[in-house]
Amino acid sequence: MSNKLSNAQIAWRAAQDIENEAYVNLGIGFPEMVAKFQPPGRQAIFHTENGILNFGESPPEGEEDWDLINAGKKAVTLKPGAAFFHHADSFAMVRGGHLDVAILGAYEVAENGDLANWSTGPKGVPAVGGAMDLVHGAKRVAVITDHVTKHGQPKLVKRCSLPLTGVGCVTRIYTSLAVIDIVDQRFVLREKLAGLSLEELQVVTGAELVIAGDIADLVAPEI
Amino acid sequence: MDKTVPDLAAALADIADGMTLMIGGFGGAGAPIELIHALIDRFRATGSPTNLTIVNNNAGNGRIGIAAMIDAGMVAKMICSFPRSADPRAFTEKYLAGQIELELVPQGTLAERIRAGGAGIPAFYTPTSYGTDLAKGKPEAEFDGRMYVQERWLKADVALIKAELADRQGNLTYRKAARNFSPLMAAAAGLTVVQATRVVEPGAIDPEQVITPGLFVNRIVEIADAQQEEALMRAGVAYS
Repeated sequence: MSNKLSNAQIAWRAAQDIENEAYVNLGIGFPEMVAKFQPPGRQAIFHTENGILNFGESPPEGEEDWDLINAGKKAVTLKPGAAFFHHADSFAMVRGGHLDVAILGAYEVAENGDLANWSTGPKGVPAVGGAMDLVHGAKRVAVITDHVTKHGQPKLVKRCSLPLTGVGCVTRIYTSLAVIDIVDQRFVLREKLAGLSLEELQVVTGAELVIAGDIADLVAPEI
Repeated sequence: MDKTVPDLAAALADIADGMTLMIGGFGGAGAPIELIHALIDRFRATGSPTNLTIVNNNAGNGRIGIAAMIDAGMVAKMICSFPRSADPRAFTEKYLAGQIELELVPQGTLAERIRAGGAGIPAFYTPTSYGTDLAKGKPEAEFDGRMYVQERWLKADVALIKAELADRQGNLTYRKAARNFSPLMAAAAGLTVVQATRVVEPGAIDPEQVITPGLFVNRIVEIADAQQEEALMRAGVAYS
């Protein structure tokens, strides 16, 4: 086993926790990968901000209908039982707490559940999209992320330094090294890679890891 | 009652300098390209309308549609949630040069502000953006133990909408996910201008299938072979 999970493996691990028939929103980019790894026999219903429930995979190249896209502007297909609706209804689903799970990417997650994933600072053109709505929109708000930045700095921190997307909103974090719940404003470790010691994991985590109960091995298939 | 007009010029009459325009569409889906390009034609011929505020989810893509309006110098301000795209040059260049103003609004808040504008609700509270930079300066309040941010309605002088079917009384249907913001914008504007792929007689749309009731619509122009913004992008078309 390699010393960290790939993005596909992180997405796979997150997909294992999505219940059958759950209503799910996946953030643009990396989180979209989660849809590919649903366990056999389970079928979540995916929501996209621009007004579709129960969309499926992208069509083959050349068969795209550009009036049938997801929030990332990618062409998608419909599954039986799909529905279209306008943006206010779409965000009533989000803000009204009607989604079961939202899975988002992160620049930083703090132990108090704060998330920063929309802005890396004042440079360039700011863009927020639906991220600030989604973090208040689901019964579970999960983050999938590499455990550290490209420069090796912790992405799981005591307090976010980047502009916040939402306050106290994240409930679970799936990283390249571990699965961590946020409980009472603390990082509670649930799973970690078998080859990694608790001390090694703590060194690359920016706030204290709390141990409450057994720590399972974080296992994902080679993908 | 017959709200159809003979051509794009008639549809766009009365759009003046300094107005706020809501333009339907999310990315290329629902973008009323013919209405936008006809407005650019008028600007090139007459120098008006300019100094416009545009409300859309995005801020244009490539060199067509809203991006071409920005390139042409017609737009003073964008109100949007996501001013990035596959090719965001038009907005980015003007924004970084300080030549265009940006009001960045979370997507669900943008939709609800427009909905509120159409529904006569001057303000509402949302959990979205609480504790973030985008809530700065806005009133906050606690309801049932949770904090919320006050947001105000958003209205416009004109809405430009792309519909699939329109009957002559203005009842509309939309195609797939091209619906997005359009039903909200149709209600929030003083003058709602629709380009419809097909105009039909009243009664031809099953009342059960009407998405935007005709009351919200003022003018309809039929554009049978409407262009799709994403398809134009991929074909490398430029209108600026």
